[in-house]
Amino acid sequence: MVEVKTAEELNKKFLREGMWPTIFCNGCGHGVVLEYTFWALEELGWDMDKTMFASGIGCSSRLPGYINADGLHTTHGRAIAFATGIKAADPDFNVIVFTGDGDCAGIGGNHFIHAARRNIDMTVIMINNFIYGMTGGQLAPTAPLGSIATTAPYGNIEHPFDICELAKALGANYVARWPVSHPYQPIKSIKEGLQKKGFSLLEFLAPCPTAYGRRNKLGDIKKHWAWYDDNTILIEDYDKIMKYGSVKEKEEVKDKMQIGVFQDIQKPGFFELYDQLMERLKVEENKKREGKK
Amino acid sequence: MKYKRDPKRIRQVLGKKVQFILGDMACVYGGLLAGCSFFGGYPITPASEVAEGMARRLPRVGGTYIQMEDEIGSIAAVIGAAWGGAKSMTATSGPGFSLMMENYGFAAMTETPCVIVNVQRTGPSTGQPTLGAQGDMMQARWGTHGDFEAIAFAPSTVQECMDFTIEAFNLSEKYRNPALVMTDGEVGHLRERIIIPEEKDLKLIDRVEATIDKKKFIPFTNSQTRKNCKVPDFPTFGTGYRTYVTGLTHNEKGFPATDKQPDHERLVKRITEKIIDDADKLVSVEKFNLDDAEIAFVTYGASARPTESAMEMGRKNGIKVGMLRLKIVWPVPEKEVHKLAKQVDKIIVPEMNLGQMVHPIREAANGNCEVICAPKIGGEIHYPDEVYKYLEAK
Repeated sequence: MVEVKTAEELNKKFLREGMWPTIFCNGCGHGVVLEYTFWALEELGWDMDKTMFASGIGCSSRLPGYINADGLHTTHGRAIAFATGIKAADPDFNVIVFTGDGDCAGIGGNHFIHAARRNIDMTVIMINNFIYGMTGGQLAPTAPLGSIATTAPYGNIEHPFDICELAKALGANYVARWPVSHPYQPIKSIKEGLQKKGFSLLEFLAPCPTAYGRRNKLGDIKKHWAWYDDNTILIEDYDKIMKYGSVKEKEEVKDKMQIGVFQDIQKPGFFELYDQLMERLKVEENKKREGKK
Repeated sequence: MKYKRDPKRIRQVLGKKVQFILGDMACVYGGLLAGCSFFGGYPITPASEVAEGMARRLPRVGGTYIQMEDEIGSIAAVIGAAWGGAKSMTATSGPGFSLMMENYGFAAMTETPCVIVNVQRTGPSTGQPTLGAQGDMMQARWGTHGDFEAIAFAPSTVQECMDFTIEAFNLSEKYRNPALVMTDGEVGHLRERIIIPEEKDLKLIDRVEATIDKKKFIPFTNSQTRKNCKVPDFPTFGTGYRTYVTGLTHNEKGFPATDKQPDHERLVKRITEKIIDDADKLVSVEKFNLDDAEIAFVTYGASARPTESAMEMGRKNGIKVGMLRLKIVWPVPEKEVHKLAKQVDKIIVPEMNLGQMVHPIREAANGNCEVICAPKIGGEIHYPDEVYKYLEAK
């Protein structure tokens, strides 16, 4: 299936001409997530005429602009609701949403919750950089306790949102979180999420050196990536330690962010159930009509 | 699978040709007849019956009903569905309409055809949920930020709820602009007889889809297939045009041009002029006794019903009074009103608010006659004698 071999060939195939340069800063993680998505799409060999992207507002939401495909760049927080409509117009479309922590977990939280609950067949890729980057570094709902932001100048005192745990609780069919510093697992997870019928969420921890790193002593990319290594733990390892580990080991990992695949199930998606509903109505109506004859 | 309008099936689902139904339900019928295949709904009094009617019927005609999590989500899904190729609509009332304002502007900016039915209730805020009003008339025109043009109908009867919903779809498709049916709790919750038009009498307009060579296609400029048409051809998602659609100021290719004054001016002028240029074609009024009138009522929607009675009382008492009823309220028929202002001594504008449409009407009258408001608020329609007394006032 794979036609292209190098990143250059990949970009030529998937990027939209005429949109360069990007708005992204040096060291930004968004381009990395975009490239992982391209590799996943390339491996799946999907028809890009039938694959479309929706996004809200923020740095991550600019990604559809750089993709050579239909893209709907909408209002802040609402991309998932727009995407629900696109999918409804033709359930054969592949619908992918790019969103950020502020867009998805902040202003758009309610749309996220209900699309996951309805199990709408779409893939949401949420890029979490712990900050409102585009507007200049305000506090995000996913920011770790103590984070410095322009609107949390003395350190964040709000508990951060774990969007993967939320999606899991809502019964989303596929939920995974990875830092961008691991290339292979993200590509594999994106592929699995895209292929999944029903709702899938992929959360990526991605650096924002300009708005987050600068204020939180994570100035360059190396430091960001080291932070991910030090502060994340594979779900399987976490579970093992919590079950069998010593008090000290448990204490060490209890505040780490878990990474990996949180959920992988096969609940019927909304449009599958809607099709069944339409079919049932047809059968009932035909019976009624025959009964009248 | 993509929806395909099936007239026979729609008529099977709608039932008898002549029915006695609710105004809200007539909006459902109008939507289905127009070929609406997506409805994003959220319950709100007095508009819930529209969502209920759609939830019952859309799956039977092959369309999709989704009850969204709020009105913001409803209008968002409706716009998304439009880009996916559907004719789509939602219905709401005051508070929900307020919530929709941001995406209403998004639809105008991205030139997305869609229909919003607003069954108005009294406000501000939660107001009187079960009772009718006309308090959102200005919000319909100016409620979202920035420059845009509104297209809005105001039905006075249940039949018009159906007819104007069809017409709203037609104009939204023609101009690629959101179109509103500004009904109210009075007409929305009124039951009257309606006659469902025959298929052959139904005039439906569909958006002009992009058909030209994909390499030559420019998504946000004058039509490339029709002469002197400021409405671009529609590149439905999934047809290979790979269009980028954004609410940001965009150039003709659709790419963000947020720091470029000429791009903004060109874009916003085109999306407003495509409607303003056609203002004469968008006049839809009904005239009563205007030939010899010295006083004229100018009114719309539910308010036209008691006003017509007041006019008849006036005529019986020898007062030369007529009535101009606006069916399309936005754009305001400025020339019609201006001509009328030159003929009569006084224009009286009965409406169920403290004075909204009276302002553009006064502007159109341009000092040629006195223009006064005859307000009624509190969730009651005017009594005819309340309107009549304005005829006798010196």
